[in-house]
Amino acid sequence: MHTLKWLLAAFASVVASAAFAQTQLNIATVNNSDMIIMQRLSKEFEAAHPDIKLNWVVLEENVLRERVTTDIATKGGSFDVLTIGTYEAPIWGKKDWLVPFDDLPASYDVDGLIKPIRDGLSANGKLYALPFYGESSFTFYRKDLFDQVGAQPPKTYAELDQVLPKLKAAAKGVYPLCLRGKPGWGENMAYFDTLVNTMGGRWFDEKWEPQLTTPAWKKALTWYVDNMKKYGPPGASSNGHNENRALFATGKCALWIDATSAAGYISNPKDSQVADKVAYAVAPTGTVPNGAQWLWSWALGIPASTKHVQEAKAFVEWATSKDYIQLVAKSDGWTVVPPGTRTWTYEQPEYLQAAPFAKLTLQAIQQADPIHSSALPIPYTGVQFVGIPEFQAIGTYVGQQVAAALVGKESVAKALELSQAFTKRTMQRAGYYKK
Amino acid sequence: MTTGASTLSAPGAVPVVRRARDKTFALKLPSIGLLLVWSIVPLVMTLWYSLQRYNLLSPGERGFVGFDNYTFLLTDPGLATAIWNTLLLVGSVLVVTIAAGTLLAVLFDQEFFGRGVARVLLIAPFFVMPTVSALIWKNLLMHPVNGLFAFLLKSVGLQTIDWFADLPLTAIAIIVAWQWLPFATLILLTAIQALDPERKEAARMDGAGPISMFVFIILPHLGRAISVVIMIELLFLLSIFAEIFVTTSGGPGNASTNLPFLIYRYALLDFDVGGASAGGVLAIVLANIVAIFLMRFLSRTIEA
Repeated sequence: MHTLKWLLAAFASVVASAAFAQTQLNIATVNNSDMIIMQRLSKEFEAAHPDIKLNWVVLEENVLRERVTTDIATKGGSFDVLTIGTYEAPIWGKKDWLVPFDDLPASYDVDGLIKPIRDGLSANGKLYALPFYGESSFTFYRKDLFDQVGAQPPKTYAELDQVLPKLKAAAKGVYPLCLRGKPGWGENMAYFDTLVNTMGGRWFDEKWEPQLTTPAWKKALTWYVDNMKKYGPPGASSNGHNENRALFATGKCALWIDATSAAGYISNPKDSQVADKVAYAVAPTGTVPNGAQWLWSWALGIPASTKHVQEAKAFVEWATSKDYIQLVAKSDGWTVVPPGTRTWTYEQPEYLQAAPFAKLTLQAIQQADPIHSSALPIPYTGVQFVGIPEFQAIGTYVGQQVAAALVGKESVAKALELSQAFTKRTMQRAGYYKK
Repeated sequence: MTTGASTLSAPGAVPVVRRARDKTFALKLPSIGLLLVWSIVPLVMTLWYSLQRYNLLSPGERGFVGFDNYTFLLTDPGLATAIWNTLLLVGSVLVVTIAAGTLLAVLFDQEFFGRGVARVLLIAPFFVMPTVSALIWKNLLMHPVNGLFAFLLKSVGLQTIDWFADLPLTAIAIIVAWQWLPFATLILLTAIQALDPERKEAARMDGAGPISMFVFIILPHLGRAISVVIMIELLFLLSIFAEIFVTTSGGPGNASTNLPFLIYRYALLDFDVGGASAGGVLAIVLANIVAIFLMRFLSRTIEA
């Protein structure tokens, strides 16, 4: 009897929910702290839209890329909202794989988006993804330790070379230099590309010939490997953005060059033990100023294969709106609101007061130049990536080689030779040299 | 098929079997058909894709390219490393699991207090999912800062080892061997238990000590069981993937890329369906070569 009752009750609830016709939205996103907040606050969106239910798939960056790219390229339709970046949005937009945002309501204030970020997510004048947060890169440093050794934050890599030995001598249990080492084109290569750029290098010449064995690349990789070995934490080759953020937040790093978007976390006393000791500075430059700071935005896009365009749009517009920023400010404080998307954010006195890094972030984003990311002429756009479909494969492979050089499995010269050969092969296969 | 001699020795027997087989064939057909579809369709599709230019990221440029994918694969400087890594990984895990498995089997054949519990604990690693055990090894045991091994080494004043950076293939072999050791032990233990006690007794009466007992009685008896373990483990070890994916992603460089991981890289990092299919075909060919050698070797040992 009991079983029967249960069955009836279950049946009734199924019928009830079917009559309600709830739309399920599958959202793929990355496991960065801002997205974790979004996932938590999305309860409010569901409360305001009782007919929409959100299913979250939260993945590590490299896995997310793989899943999302396979899904959209095979028109798999597993997701209704994708978290993608300034690399994917224009390439996929051009292929009509994404739904363009061309009917945004006036209240969304699309013209208030910061220009380089908006341009980065557009193709052929259409916006293909709405920015959830935008970032450039800059230097995080421990003010207390720098004061202790009497040093200023380094403006150039030459100055950085001067300060690292002092930090090592002064600070016990603190690694002087933290940089990304985990292989991946969005991980170690994001930082490493900026280093190559500012040392005067480029990925390709005007005829798409790879330039990975040029002196600038050798110089950059040698600097990176030598200094990470001498001044970096052990196991650096498995530290990505999140691992380094944890190291810095627990007071294990003196200087870290990484995404501006992590500043909210580092400056938040709830998450970080060094919130009162951290300060920020412009990323150091090498021989040329070009491309020393990257430009990136994690954005929400809608695959053309979805059956729920309207509902997906409603969610994406909500998550990237001014209202959402205010919602985060109310629940978690202004320090951790998603940065770098709207000039409006940087006009809020509460934000400017709560976020000591705000002005520097805006400045870094506005100065980042994806068109002239190298001092030499280049046939591509992108600071820390090359805006062609083949780059995922190339960047992943070269990232592996850079990591191999970092742990000493390969020499600098050998790693670059292998990278050059792989890049050449991939470009050849993709038909860049047919003419 | 049937020789005159056999017909003579058992008149009528063979035709009866034949007729029975003909009658039941129709009943077996669905399952045989399903099995064929199951194995042949993916194979044919892989062969077909391996002759196509098909990259997921540029779907407009599909077409027949002959053996281009194979040329591209065979000129890949990483291919030799991948094949070598595959063999190294399979070989080392086989050696470790069989050597340690035999010793453990002998040990667990003895009577001792708490044997039942110990046997359950011994088998446990086999039921842990590969990804989970790889994560545990990576983050709790082999981590150069927070891991147990680092703690132990540091507490006796030694330099810590960054396993996945310095000894990636060894580290993966350790994890995989840990997972497969219970399987080897289990099979070998049942084989030892099947050993006729009278033979042992006879050997003992002839004055055999524990070592000569192990070498001359137990080991020869285990020959067949060991061949079974080799064959079954080989099938699974040729396709190790999860442990590599979770711990090293095939790196640093290509240091821990085996053939399955190379195919994965083609398919899901380069999104090159054609190249990955060619890699798949190559893997099938290699696996079959290994299998043929193994079968010959095994049939000889089992007959002997």
